[in-house]
Parts: sequence; C-alpha cells; structure tokens
Amino acid sequence: MVQKLEYLRESPSQTAGPYVHIGCTPNFTGIEIYGNDLGVSMKTGTVKGQEITIRGIVFDGTGTPLRDAMIEIWQADAAGLFASQNETRGTSDPNFTGWGRSPGDMNTGEFCFETVKPGAVPFVDGRMQAPHITMWIVARGLNMGLHTRIYFEDEADANSADPILSRIEHQNRISTLLAKKQSDGTYRFDVHLQGPHETIFFDI
Amino acid sequence: MSPTNPQNRRGGFVPRDRDWQPDALTPAYKTSVKRSPQAALLSFPTSLSEETSPVFGHSMLGALDNDLTLNYARPGESAIGPRIIVHGRVLDEMGRGVPGALIEFWQANAGGRYRHKKESYLAPLDPNFGGCGRAITSEDGSYEFRTVQPGPYPWPNGMNDWRPAHIHFSVFGHGFAQRLITQMYFEGDPLIQRCPIVGVLKSQEAVDALTAPLDMHRTTPMDSLAYKFDIVLRGRRQTYFENRKEGM
Ligand SMILES: [Fe+3]
Repeated sequence: MVQKLEYLRESPSQTAGPYVHIGCTPNFTGIEIYGNDLGVSMKTGTVKGQEITIRGIVFDGTGTPLRDAMIEIWQADAAGLFASQNETRGTSDPNFTGWGRSPGDMNTGEFCFETVKPGAVPFVDGRMQAPHITMWIVARGLNMGLHTRIYFEDEADANSADPILSRIEHQNRISTLLAKKQSDGTYRFDVHLQGPHETIFFDI
Repeated sequence: MSPTNPQNRRGGFVPRDRDWQPDALTPAYKTSVKRSPQAALLSFPTSLSEETSPVFGHSMLGALDNDLTLNYARPGESAIGPRIIVHGRVLDEMGRGVPGALIEFWQANAGGRYRHKKESYLAPLDPNFGGCGRAITSEDGSYEFRTVQPGPYPWPNGMNDWRPAHIHFSVFGHGFAQRLITQMYFEGDPLIQRCPIVGVLKSQEAVDALTAPLDMHRTTPMDSLAYKFDIVLRGRRQTYFENRKEGM
C-alpha cells in the first residue's frame, strides 16, 4: 500500500436544461428579483479601444437554431488585460468588464455582444496569441458546457502566428473559429454543434 | 510580460478528467444526439484567457437573493412546500475552499413546475415562488440558501420519463476554465436511478457526488430541514520548477 493522494474530483457536469435562463438571466424570463441580468452589458462607461458587435446563432446537427442556449464570453480589454483577480500584469480598463452573457433572441436564438476588440494575450510559453475571445455554451442536450474561441478573420497575420491556430491539424476547420466582418461593420460568429461546418471545441 | 511575482507562479489548471465527466453523445438522453460535437475536442493547456475570470462582489447581492422562500413572495407571504436549507462549500480539486465564487441556482416549485413560458407541465404555479437565487462563497468557500424542496416532474424524452427532485447550479470560480453547471439531487429519491439525465454520469460514484445528504446538524428546528452539497471545481497546479521560467 502507498499513501493516499488526497485530491477531490471535479463535480460531474449536468446539462443546464431548458430553463437555464430562469437561473442565469431571470429578468429575460420575466422574473424580476435582482437588478439587471448579469453580463447584459460589458461596458460600464467609456471604454478604450475599438468597439465591436458580435452576433451569431448556435445550430444543432440538423441546422436548427438553439433557442434555449446560454452563451458567455470572456476576454481581455483592448490592451490585453483581464478584469480579474488573477490578472497580475497591470490594471485593466475600469469601464470594461470583459465578461458577457447572452440568452439569445427568444425567437431566432441569435446572441449579441457589444464589446471591444481584445488585445493580444500571452500563451503559456510567452508567445503572443492572436486576439481572441473565450466562449462557453450551455444548453439543453449539452451534458457539459462547450468551450471555443472567437478569433477575427481580419487579423490574418496574428492568426497565422497564433500558437493554437498554427498547431491545428485540420487547417480547413480554422474558419469555424473566425468571426467574419459584415458589410455593416459587425462581426458574425455562428456556431455549429455538428455537421460539415462543426465548430472546433476546446478541451482546455 | 512583466516580471513574475508570486501570484504569477501558479501553473495552469489540471486538465478535465474526461473519463469521469459525461460524454457529449448519450443517446438515452435524446436531445444530446443532434447537439453533441462529433469531432475530437482540441486539447491545450490553459493560458491567461482561461486562468482569469470575472469577479463578483458581495455588494451586488440583495438581502433575499439566497432565500427562495421569500425573494419572489408578496409581503407577509412565502413559497409553498417543505422548507429546506441547502449549504456546502465550493472547493478545488486540492481541497482548498474557493472564496468569492458566484453560485446561481434555479429549480421547479414544490409541485415540480417551473416559472417559464415554455413549461408545459400542468402542476400549478406558486404565486410566491420565482425559482432562482444566488450566493457568493465566503472566505472558506462556504455558502447557504433557503428554499422549498422542488417536486419531481415529467419531461419529454421517453414515454414516461421523470426528473428526480433537483436544483440546478451554475458556478464561477477564479478561472474561466472552472466554469461549471451541474445539478444537485436529494438523498433517497427513487427517481435518481431511473433518470436518463442522471444516467449520463459514468459511475455510481459520480451520481453520489451530486446527491446531497440530509444534514440534521444544519436544520432549523420547527422551520427547515437541511441538505449538504459540496461542489468541486478544477484546481490549479502549484509548480516549483515552473517558477524559474518567465511567463510560464
Ligand atoms: Fe430542471
């Protein structure tokens, strides 16, 4: 016998179910107990950097939009700093939370984030990563939240040097991680859970 | 990067144990069939993007945020159902308490009915019950809230599937890598073993990890029963050798 490793196991995940909005965006469902739903706005005042809008829809394997998902994004500010207690490199933009949460549109399922273009953030080996946003998706039918990343199609040079994007074996799938600029200036980032355009999801 | 300081010397998050966590495709839970990614997940060590997380302060909480018996009730009234206290700690895999964690919870009322326009179960709404609450863990990672015991409810999956009584939990730790949503079940509920959503868990040990025991020590006599529910989030490695290398 040897000594025991006294580690605990992460709590098993369970689906957020069809009523995640009751718990996480109650005002959206008409339950008014708190003030505004958390994550509705990522800006608390005038923010630094380029302000952008990101819209998208999460599709299932039949091409049907999910209308019961909850999408969260987390990102650095325009200078590459996070509004987090674990940020030790400097102080982030005080008017930018870096975190957004969207229940999606009641009818179309489209999510929308009004945010800023993130600055670059270092990878574990010190190399700079291309500007990106961390996305987390939960919904009925997902046994565990899905992590992915939003990169930007118009950051070609940074993307080609990115330590993660450059190591992806199936380079033809990288486009699933790129937000595409629309004629109206907003970015489009649709997510496909299955199918020929299945988004790359991360075990991170 | 700026010079490393002691805060920066922690390693990344311990990878998720995918043999322990449920798979994406679990056909007995039918909705997973067309919503489960089919390609392999892309594995990478966590970087600052996942080792940081938004901060939620106690100041954002209202006085009744952690009391579902009262937070939607008309003055002088309260929700119908067996009153319970749910308490526990948020810990990391190393057993350390996680202070300042935001926990959001939601549930059906005592009759098994959610306050939601897409809800189709005919059990009645309780005019004094909204069904959501939230708390932030204290210095040792502990939290508690008061609510009514939720009822079981039928759901469209098989012809006669019922969810055991449960409370949904959403948890923020200190890193976005820890983000977790799960459900708490109640000791002794015979529906636990019959539920296709519980059935996605891979072992009895995993089911036990989500099943809260009755805790008579934390009851309020003549008022509320109590259940204990600890939640474990991924832990960060503490590494000695990584200290030598800047930016790791
Ligand atoms: Fe439920």
